[in-house]
Amino acid sequence: MPNAVRTTVRGIGQILITLGVVVLLFIGYELWFTDVLNARTQHRLTTKLEKQWSEGDDPLVRPSGSPSGPASPGPGGQPLPGESVRQVPLGTGIAIIRIPRFGLDYARTIVQGTGEAQLNDGPGHYVDSPLPGAVGNVAIAGHRVSKGSPFLDLDKLLPGDAIVIETKDFWYTYRVLGDAATGSFTANTPDGIPGREIVSSTDSEVLDPVPDHPGQRPTMRMITLTTCHPKFSASHRMIVHGLLAGVPYPRSAGDPPALRPAG
Amino acid sequence: MYGWIWRTLPGNTSAKLAGCAVLVVVAVALLYLVIFPWLEPMLPLNRVTVGQ
Repeated sequence: MPNAVRTTVRGIGQILITLGVVVLLFIGYELWFTDVLNARTQHRLTTKLEKQWSEGDDPLVRPSGSPSGPASPGPGGQPLPGESVRQVPLGTGIAIIRIPRFGLDYARTIVQGTGEAQLNDGPGHYVDSPLPGAVGNVAIAGHRVSKGSPFLDLDKLLPGDAIVIETKDFWYTYRVLGDAATGSFTANTPDGIPGREIVSSTDSEVLDPVPDHPGQRPTMRMITLTTCHPKFSASHRMIVHGLLAGVPYPRSAGDPPALRPAG
Repeated sequence: MYGWIWRTLPGNTSAKLAGCAVLVVVAVALLYLVIFPWLEPMLPLNRVTVGQ
């Protein structure tokens, strides 16, 4: 029956066209809709964080006498570095990251945690890494594409570029490791830690207190950013390491030098 | 499939067109708000962390 054949072929054709349209819609969802949702979330998180700061409340510091369980005391009875930050609830906005190389208006509120839900909201702070500015390695993951694409241009960061973390009281300016004069990510770096490296997804050594040196006691104040590589791929991770430059700059003194327009 | 939908929609041509528009909006909303958010974590598009 030619009619039955025709109906079947037409049905298959319509299904294929429909699937094609669904794929196009998914691209639109990834590249546009998640950005729209993320921009709203980021605006809400940033507004809330700045309001907390202006009220003298720092989400990174537990209120004294809080019943949320004692941190194991370190030397001198003080909580060990990183103890208090681990107790910050997942998803809480904790600090703002600015990267002048991405534009002077680039600013994203970092949230606590690196689960799917947190990374949809913004760059995520690995809960086992310390506070911004602390000795050790502050580790932050961010989406390369979609969800606001906070780390889309991570491959454009060069040695010496600033990564600025804003907290309630201080700006911390980290500089990407490497030789700014030659652009080499491997020259003149402490302990041979490169400014940028491409690693497999299981290479958690990049998050160690001294990156790539498991078990070593940290003395430097480092930052590590992680994202996917290449874009749209799960095959590898792009890692950028930076070292704290200079002393923390008081937030009350306005923008730190790294964020001022050149000239 | 689409022929059947067109024949099933009530009313004259403009009413059918309006019905089509409603169906398209419902389908896209279902995809964007339910199906894609559910599907996305299963796709290896956005793995940005190490060691997890």
